[in-house]
Amino acid sequence: MSAGTTHGPPVHAAPRGPRAMGPLLIGVATLTAVVGCLVLLLLATGHDPATALRALLRGAVGSWYTLTSTTLVRATPLILTGLAVAIAFRAGVLNIGAEGQLLAGAAAATAVAIAWPSGGALPGVLAGAAGGVLWTALPAWLRLRYNVLEVISTLMCNAVAVYVVGWLVRGPLQEPTRIYPQSAVLDLASRLPLLWDGTRLHAGFVLALLLVAAAWWINAHTAAGFRLRAVGLNENAAASTGGIAVARTRLVAFVVSGALAGVAGAVEVQGVTYALYENLSPGYGYTAIAVALLARLDARAVIVAALLFAALQAGGSAMQRDAAVPAVTVKVVEAALILGVITVAAWQQRRTRSHAV
Amino acid sequence: MTETLALFAEATVRTATPLALAALGEVVAERAGVINLGIEGALIGGAFGALVVAGGAGPYLGLVGGAAAGMLIALLFAAVAIGGRADQIIAGTAMSLVGLGMTGVLYRSWYGTTGAALNTPTLGPVAIPGLSQLPIVGPALFAQPLPTYVLAVLAIGCWRWMYHTGGGLALRGCGESPTAARVAGIRVRRVQTYAVLFAGALAGLGGATLVLAQAGTFAEGMSAGRGFVAIAIVVLGRWHPLGAVLAALLFGAASALQTVFQALGSDLPYQLFLAFPYLLTLAALAGFAGRSRAPAALGMVVDD
Repeated sequence: MSAGTTHGPPVHAAPRGPRAMGPLLIGVATLTAVVGCLVLLLLATGHDPATALRALLRGAVGSWYTLTSTTLVRATPLILTGLAVAIAFRAGVLNIGAEGQLLAGAAAATAVAIAWPSGGALPGVLAGAAGGVLWTALPAWLRLRYNVLEVISTLMCNAVAVYVVGWLVRGPLQEPTRIYPQSAVLDLASRLPLLWDGTRLHAGFVLALLLVAAAWWINAHTAAGFRLRAVGLNENAAASTGGIAVARTRLVAFVVSGALAGVAGAVEVQGVTYALYENLSPGYGYTAIAVALLARLDARAVIVAALLFAALQAGGSAMQRDAAVPAVTVKVVEAALILGVITVAAWQQRRTRSHAV
Repeated sequence: MTETLALFAEATVRTATPLALAALGEVVAERAGVINLGIEGALIGGAFGALVVAGGAGPYLGLVGGAAAGMLIALLFAAVAIGGRADQIIAGTAMSLVGLGMTGVLYRSWYGTTGAALNTPTLGPVAIPGLSQLPIVGPALFAQPLPTYVLAVLAIGCWRWMYHTGGGLALRGCGESPTAARVAGIRVRRVQTYAVLFAGALAGLGGATLVLAQAGTFAEGMSAGRGFVAIAIVVLGRWHPLGAVLAALLFGAASALQTVFQALGSDLPYQLFLAFPYLLTLAALAGFAGRSRAPAALGMVVDD
């Protein structure tokens, strides 16, 4: 999905970037940076790094159960929202509203699944996509009609989504006894099937992988994918030389992005929680930005980045439980990782430019 | 009715103060051409810095500690976005994550769950003799804790400086045309760095206000998106120091409506009032579109 692949016309000179360095080297460098950063933090806060890292590894990939039921389950919404952010950013749409779109998707999926319990899992997932799209409608319209920056409007919509869900679980969607701030538990028929007995991994994981494959194929092999990349790289060139409708391409990317984030919400409700809660997402939509950036907006790399973050988060919880290290420690590692990635990217771009001159 | 109005006016100013502080700093940074989405991180950093310093040295030094902590986070942003020439929006988002994560880690390892942070000394209201007795606006404007007065002085100071001094002209030059500014002998990236540090200090002060003058304690993630709201407020205030304060007051008033409706015993869902300021901001952004213009070089990477 990266620019300068062998597919499609050469939009610009391939940067001597990760592709040139080799994905394996990048992976090793990233892992080293993550572990190094963690060890420093642990030492600085007075914890024993060996004990803590062992707890982290055990919690993330220690057994078949932890691997499937914590890491892969957490990776599922991160893959979907990470892909959502990557597609939007690729087109130059700075959609940082994946969190709100995820919540909207979760709410829509819950409403449909409760209204139509015998319909199976599909209507809920589709409703989730529609909910996510609905949550991009206002920012997209504001951008097209009034030129309001989507960076700001999507953030505002995130806040609104939190309050809408808070109202739904105390109002129209509240469970029948009207005691707890949550929806009724979804009927078995509208839940996503589990992949293996004895684990919590659900079909949403496979759906996420399929959607990544589809996104990659569309991007690498179709005109729509080419338009998307061209608009993101240089909108003036795309419009004047390529005859590409920039605004329409951006809108499509925005809508697809919202749909994917909405599906993430639906999958979380129908595959994991089986009910709508206020604190459904521990910030998946924000971590998604880190996932997309670490993946350098490449659809296939989103899977790897999401797995890394999911493992870190799952391991972080275990670290808190078994080694008394605050789970937020991994948040700092995530942030340090993004800063590292963008600094390296800026440095590479500068080097490419000075070579070109 | 007068009592409700006084309550509303006081809540408006109280809610607006930290937002206006952060937005004022962001106005300065954006007029220098830097869009810093990291003020959420500086805000929470400032809140935590205030907690730490105030615990040992009292609430007034706590304000200074908050500003210093905000500046520290801004320094990191400046290093990556101005020094490293990375994308500002992405670097800013990362800085917000750094601030939220780092304060969470430090808070848990220094304060744990002992509740020691609950004994933080706080700033009481400072009543200005005479003026504070005015009906409705008296308690709202003239019986507030120190940060509100600091804000008033800084807002007027920024406005005078930005539009009536050579330094202010240089700052705006960096945001409109870095190339022209450079030709005029201005060290663009240095000006931008100072502007970002100033913005960090003010956002830190805003965070300190939350802890020392409002909540009385620290909680993880207590900035609750105020840094992002401040960025919208900058647009609403049309990149003008006084405009930013007015826009913050508008947002504050929208939030304070909740207090009024509670006092009146309304049974509308309270989430409506929580969401209302954000919806109003969106509507206002649309309404102001076309009548305000961002600095021409906002967010551009500068090489010099």
